[in-house]
Amino acid sequence: MTKQERQILLDPLFDNNPITLQVLGICSALAVTTQMATAAVMGLAVLFVMAGSNLIVSLIRKRMPGSVRIIIELTIIASLVIIADQVLKAYAYDISKQLSVFVGLIITNCIVMGRAEAFAMHNGPRLSLLDGIGNAGGYAVVLLAVAFFRELLGAGRLFGYAVMLPTTQGGWYPTNGLMVLAPAAFFLIGIFIWVLRVWKPAQNEEDFSVGTLFEPGDEEHIR
Amino acid sequence: MQPSAGRTVGFVASVAVVASILVATSAVGLRERQEFNATLDLRKKVLTVAGLMPQGGLSNAEITERFERNIIPVVLTLSTGVPDDTIDPDSFDQREATVDPTTSRPAPPNAARLTRLPIHAQVFHVVEDGALTAVILPIVGPGLWSTMYGFIALSPDLLTVTGLTFYEHGETAGLGGEIDNPRWLGLWQGRQVFDESWTPRVTVIKGAAGPPEDDPYSVDGLAGATITARGVTDTIHFWLGPDGFGPYLAFYRQEAGIS
Repeated sequence: MTKQERQILLDPLFDNNPITLQVLGICSALAVTTQMATAAVMGLAVLFVMAGSNLIVSLIRKRMPGSVRIIIELTIIASLVIIADQVLKAYAYDISKQLSVFVGLIITNCIVMGRAEAFAMHNGPRLSLLDGIGNAGGYAVVLLAVAFFRELLGAGRLFGYAVMLPTTQGGWYPTNGLMVLAPAAFFLIGIFIWVLRVWKPAQNEEDFSVGTLFEPGDEEHIR
Repeated sequence: MQPSAGRTVGFVASVAVVASILVATSAVGLRERQEFNATLDLRKKVLTVAGLMPQGGLSNAEITERFERNIIPVVLTLSTGVPDDTIDPDSFDQREATVDPTTSRPAPPNAARLTRLPIHAQVFHVVEDGALTAVILPIVGPGLWSTMYGFIALSPDLLTVTGLTFYEHGETAGLGGEIDNPRWLGLWQGRQVFDESWTPRVTVIKGAAGPPEDDPYSVDGLAGATITARGVTDTIHFWLGPDGFGPYLAFYRQEAGIS
């Protein structure tokens, strides 16, 4: 594996993470992260879809008419998502029931479409495959990290095994109800973004302001 | 260079054909397994409320074996309560029947705020060593946010609760969501469901109820879940009442010689 390939595969894990840096795919990150098991299965499903869609889009990119490329990308992604959903229903029924609509909603996950359009349309199949795996990996890492804290603090469990026995089951740990609700995922992702940007200051965005545009009595700002 | 319109349409069509073949193959090829999973899932829930599901769980083969040995599904006409053996209980799905207009009817106004009722419903008899040990009824009704789905198991004399489960709901985790807490569900065991005139009476109260011997008609409330708890009471009252399984329970009492 060349240096460039390794970079494509590993960069999205921390340096260019689709959730924490590009802040994409947040919706499902809220919904499926109350338990480690659902987060892991969701991560695998996204991995399958992204690796597949990037690979296929890259293979047919030169023949694809530009005017219909988005529709074709969507068709490919949607088909892969349905296949993933069917396989989960057949082989991981309980988890697929918990994930309910969120597997189907991978179709609308901006990361998948974004990588197909921005990367696979311009690069060869090998690099595109690595890019798909890398970005899905970056997504899965954040999902698992969020789920780790939500399941541990919210239910005292990890992967369904009791780590800290909750008081409601006769143990000592008073479960944190906030952690199992959606806002907790926002807080956690926010904290991750903060930690990551302190660790890697290059990820900080330039200061962004629109307020000065309309400052009264200061009209030279208006262009 | 823009490709010609014909080539564009041809390309889109061929992608669509390939994609639909893949999707159709996976859907058809996996259907049998998915249906098996759905059946197994129902059997697991029934065994759980019957108290035949050990802590560590069972393998798929054991679930099938135990269900077939201990559980007798009965499909019945809900309004008359008379069993209907023209319908195969293995393929009957009460939830599907409730939403299908050809197999359901509008519900009369009711406390459980159900809008449709299935024409046929399915109950389960639990048989251990040749003797009937429980009657299991499916229940469904509204909580605070969501529809709660569960089963209630009654003793063969229909007087006491031997088990209650809620296997699907969307109540607030930690508050109303505690309806699926085994410790709370355990409190139902031994409670009396009916008063002397066979009117449903068991109620989730505010605060703590006494042991079943002293306080047979009350169950502990759930802190912070008044509306969910009221929904549980209404749901159980509805399904044990005249518009729910009341006619069947009357038929059953007659058959069993209970007055």
